[in-house]
Amino acid sequence: MVASRAIGSLSRFGALRTLRCRGYICRSFTGSSALLTRTHFNYGIKGDVAVVRFNSPNSKVNTLNREVQSEFIEVMNEIWANDQIRSAVLISSKPGCFIAGADINMLAACKTPQEATRISQEGQTVFEKLEKSTKPVVAAINGSCLGGGLELAISCQYRIATKDRKTVLGAPEVLLGLLPGAGGTQRLPKMVGIPAAFDMMLTGRNIRADRAKKMGLVDQLVEPLGPGIKPPEERTIEYLEEVAVTFAKGLADKKITPKRDKGLVEKLTSYAMSIPFVRQQVYKKVEEKVRKQTKGLYPAPLKIIDAVKTGLEQGSDAGYLAESQKFGELAVTKESKALVGLYHGQVLCKKNKFGAPQKEVKQLAILGAGLMGAGIAQVSVDKGVKTLLKDATVAGLGRGQQQVFKGLNDKVKKKALTSFERDSIFSNLIGQLDYQGFEKADMVIEAVFEDLNIKHKVLKEVEAVIPDHCIFASNTSALPIKEIAAVSKRPEKVIGMHYFSPVDKMQLLEIITTEKTSQDTTASAIALGLKQGKVIIVVKDGPGFYTTRCLAPMMSEIIRILQEGVDPKKLDSLTTGFGFPVGAATLADEVGVDVAQHVAEDLGKAFGERFGGGNVELLKQMVAKGFLGRKSGKGFYIYQEGSKNKNLNSDMDSIFASLKLPAKPEVSSDEDIQYRVVTRFVNEAVMCLQEGILATPTEGDIGAVFGLGFPPCLGGPFRFVDLYGAQKIVDRLRKYEAVYGNQFTPCQLLLDHANSPSKKFY
Amino acid sequence: MTSIWTYTFKNLPSTSKWALGFCVRPLSCSSQLRAGPAVQTKSKKTLAKPNLRNIVVVDGVRIPFLLSGTSYKDLMPHDLARAALLGLLHRTSIPKEVVDYITFGTVIQEVKTSNVAREAALGAGFSDKTPAHTVTMACISSNQAMTTAVGLIASGQYDVVVAGGVELMSDVPIRHSRKMRKMMLDFNKAKTLGQRLSLLSKFRLNFLSPELPAVAEFSTSETMGHSADRLAAAFAVSRREQDEYALRSHSLAKKAQDEGLLSDVVPFKVPGKDTVSKDNGIRPSSLEQMAKLKPAFIKPYGTVTAANSSFLVERQRSSFNLLRTDGASAMLIMSEDKALAMGYKPKAYLRDFVYVSQDPKDQLLLGPTYATPKVLEKAGLTMNDIDVFEFHEAFSGQILANFKAMDSDWFAQNYMGRKTKVGSLPLEKFNTWGGSLSLGHPFGATGCRLVMAAANRLRKEGGQYALVAACAAGGQGHGMIVETYPK
Repeated sequence: MVASRAIGSLSRFGALRTLRCRGYICRSFTGSSALLTRTHFNYGIKGDVAVVRFNSPNSKVNTLNREVQSEFIEVMNEIWANDQIRSAVLISSKPGCFIAGADINMLAACKTPQEATRISQEGQTVFEKLEKSTKPVVAAINGSCLGGGLELAISCQYRIATKDRKTVLGAPEVLLGLLPGAGGTQRLPKMVGIPAAFDMMLTGRNIRADRAKKMGLVDQLVEPLGPGIKPPEERTIEYLEEVAVTFAKGLADKKITPKRDKGLVEKLTSYAMSIPFVRQQVYKKVEEKVRKQTKGLYPAPLKIIDAVKTGLEQGSDAGYLAESQKFGELAVTKESKALVGLYHGQVLCKKNKFGAPQKEVKQLAILGAGLMGAGIAQVSVDKGVKTLLKDATVAGLGRGQQQVFKGLNDKVKKKALTSFERDSIFSNLIGQLDYQGFEKADMVIEAVFEDLNIKHKVLKEVEAVIPDHCIFASNTSALPIKEIAAVSKRPEKVIGMHYFSPVDKMQLLEIITTEKTSQDTTASAIALGLKQGKVIIVVKDGPGFYTTRCLAPMMSEIIRILQEGVDPKKLDSLTTGFGFPVGAATLADEVGVDVAQHVAEDLGKAFGERFGGGNVELLKQMVAKGFLGRKSGKGFYIYQEGSKNKNLNSDMDSIFASLKLPAKPEVSSDEDIQYRVVTRFVNEAVMCLQEGILATPTEGDIGAVFGLGFPPCLGGPFRFVDLYGAQKIVDRLRKYEAVYGNQFTPCQLLLDHANSPSKKFY
Repeated sequence: MTSIWTYTFKNLPSTSKWALGFCVRPLSCSSQLRAGPAVQTKSKKTLAKPNLRNIVVVDGVRIPFLLSGTSYKDLMPHDLARAALLGLLHRTSIPKEVVDYITFGTVIQEVKTSNVAREAALGAGFSDKTPAHTVTMACISSNQAMTTAVGLIASGQYDVVVAGGVELMSDVPIRHSRKMRKMMLDFNKAKTLGQRLSLLSKFRLNFLSPELPAVAEFSTSETMGHSADRLAAAFAVSRREQDEYALRSHSLAKKAQDEGLLSDVVPFKVPGKDTVSKDNGIRPSSLEQMAKLKPAFIKPYGTVTAANSSFLVERQRSSFNLLRTDGASAMLIMSEDKALAMGYKPKAYLRDFVYVSQDPKDQLLLGPTYATPKVLEKAGLTMNDIDVFEFHEAFSGQILANFKAMDSDWFAQNYMGRKTKVGSLPLEKFNTWGGSLSLGHPFGATGCRLVMAAANRLRKEGGQYALVAACAAGGQGHGMIVETYPK
């Protein structure tokens, strides 16, 4: 599941960019004999300890680039040359960020592997000097310490981190299709052991400070402070600095040793890792696992393993060389470009381009305590939004409340929340069967059954009780918002908010605006979505909006492929082999066959022949037999509680047999099957941009990857067209068009791109 | 600031209050404090309010506060409470049948005597017709008992109420684990041998691991010492300042004890042991000695140590790292009319009081900072009107952080909704007979000690108003004005 892992972690990575920042801190230091101000660094001297403060101008975060590195080494050279200084502390002046990593744009600018390799080598040189420093250097870490930041920190002699939620350490390079290229692959295994180092570098996961202390990644923890003589964040950084200075002195005086006591398990592990045979087994196991999970679509993990292996088996010179070369190779891969593109897109989709709403949503009301309604409630209450959850029955409401509680309690089990926090968050949720309190609601999100008549009924009921400013949002996956709003007295306050299931896991929120929806309504919906932690795309109203509309032709093709005799397991492996995190047949089961049927019929009516292909009858028959997918225990597969292995549903055979279509051998190779699915998706996505449903290709890519599981290694349909070549896609479409007709006719925008190769979406 | 503290404590034991007052005051930067108490005129002549009954403290006593695990270690909480009640009866000669009601504060409850007020009263020979209840509000439990008494009298329900507090940390209820308890309860219900055996088969060795009473804040899981250390750091209170303040507390307590000023203490003949007549935690040390101690909570670089906390038992490694003292206190509270009618000469009036609460994580121990301006404003007094400050000292770092918080415009503006700072506290009027750091802090009993110390100091020093303030777990606090009874 590296693919989905990549999605998950990318979000956290993105979140770091949007951290709250209280502006820069100006401080005068007492007792400093020298104060040299440069662009990114300044340093003062406290006694015999140099305190180097990193604070890049005009940015919320510190990142590493050439200029920063050369300035850093300049500062360090002065420190090394100064006889009065015996040790140093390296700290960031930015609240919530130590160093967020290397400058991605610097890497993106690299045209050749050699250029990127050079960047890596420059980084290696700087950190090697730091590692060999005769004067101890203490890294004082508050906030994110990621990528190059982590590599810098582990080159220091000692690390002290604040035990703050914002303080996370990690090597997320793999999520951008890269490897830690400034010595990380060489130092991490030595510092935290081979298994832990692989885990960090291959998953890119963020490690909280207390965990980092246990792993040996940091040496001391500093508790974040509350308000005192100064604002908490400011004083915490100051306190961290004071503590770090004490330790720097202690290290210089040899009163403290940087070595730490290892636990028994750790000792045993490191002993085992000293045996070459065991190491070989570990490499083999890890490699196997990576190959299985990435299906060969992501080159970075294997190169990481290679670089680590080279360093450990052939010495550090070979290791560093391997690291920098592989870094160079990775930096210019399509996969890396795609993942970096997603990262940028995600940052964009975490902003509210409609500005701040006039009124913040403080009181939310949700109609329908089903899977979606309760999911929306969960992501709202845990951000402190007071939420009314209304359902028609006590049983339905109870189920929804239990879902929210379970979601929160799972976090307690993972120690992400305390039980006290869980209870206090859960108190934000009020379950009810009537409209009591709706007169104070700022927004109502309905998540009732997908039926226009029911939606109309609740809209009218709700409008009778809500205040004038209250927004009515509809969580629907396919019903046009315009039609829902038709019965509204105030259509400017009606908007679509399409969440994806499961709401607490899926990051995407698709917001749908009609021609009548006001700017402020949109701004308010985005603001709430951002608060809920969502990545947001804003699209125009139309049948299926963007996401469902792209999914429909793909699903139709999938049904046709099944009708042509490809069994669901084979189909799943073909689609996951292309990079989809979930196989196509499994996806249908997860979404729900009845939902798929609804969508297929609705959109089939709206778009006609072009959305044809597979026969909706297949879905109808499945629904008739109760094969609704995972929720009913049977779909294409049979689902058993507690069992991970799923078997094909043999009762499907008769349905397949009755609807069997002859396969067309000229377009039925494995590759053709994959491309039939993907090109229909891509063509429809491009058409959405052409028709103005989508405002930007970025939103199209983010929506496809985060909402529908489009292969992250391809970067989304638009990035895919850019990287793969519009002409090649058009050629494919033409080939299938010749067999199946207009379902594969490439849209005009795609043809334009094919005709003029200089045209790119990015 | 440091120099002031050092200066003060070095001078205090050897110079008179006045001399000290003058040598410190010029150093203070706050202009309002320069007006000496001698020339000061009070904002109000008295805090008596029309149409409200005056409520007085006739007298109050406490048994000596002892380090846990010493002379009281084999007793139960109600034994200490009983001793305090008997001491009060003896001191005031109040006929037992006159007492309308009894209320006590306690924190860690002995399960057998959960209403310890009632058990102690019965044992002390009070009428079985006198109702009694027990209250709990962490370290301000006996403050709550006193203000409960005030409320009962002010509303005209009663005339004579005994309020007190007790804590016995030498013994605390240590429970079986929840799993074990569940098994034992289920075992009771099991009827057949088969059911019992099947229950027994579920037993695991880890069921036997005991559950200690938590000292950690329930809502934040942080121990108080840990929070105090962070608080000290937030207000940039140094280790040295904390040690100096602790030394001041011990030195002043020693002096007060030697001079016989701690007149609220009544001797207690402990069954099977010698009579106890003095607090045993007062231990003036030297700064050098104190500097050697390792931090008790935030290791290895924190600033709160056993020496600058109230009776911290050293070398406690588990979470059971308590501030531990045993003790009990009791006082007789009456309506003024009743007291005069009975021929008493009361010691003090209990006047306005407030309870405050704030963030239990980062401002756990800042109760006095919030309570002080609130209660002063309520009473219509200013800081200058106060002759005696009696604050509960949980940790040196906590007291000094409160000082700095009250002296900070930034803090007042950003966290207290005030335009300006509360002001700096005149150290020469502050806890001059020692405090919880040196005398000890039996959670439930400290409030009454504070009020009696305030009342006795007012009488001794000829002041009129005293301000009592305390912090408590849960991020709560209390402030009360005590007015001396005219001679």
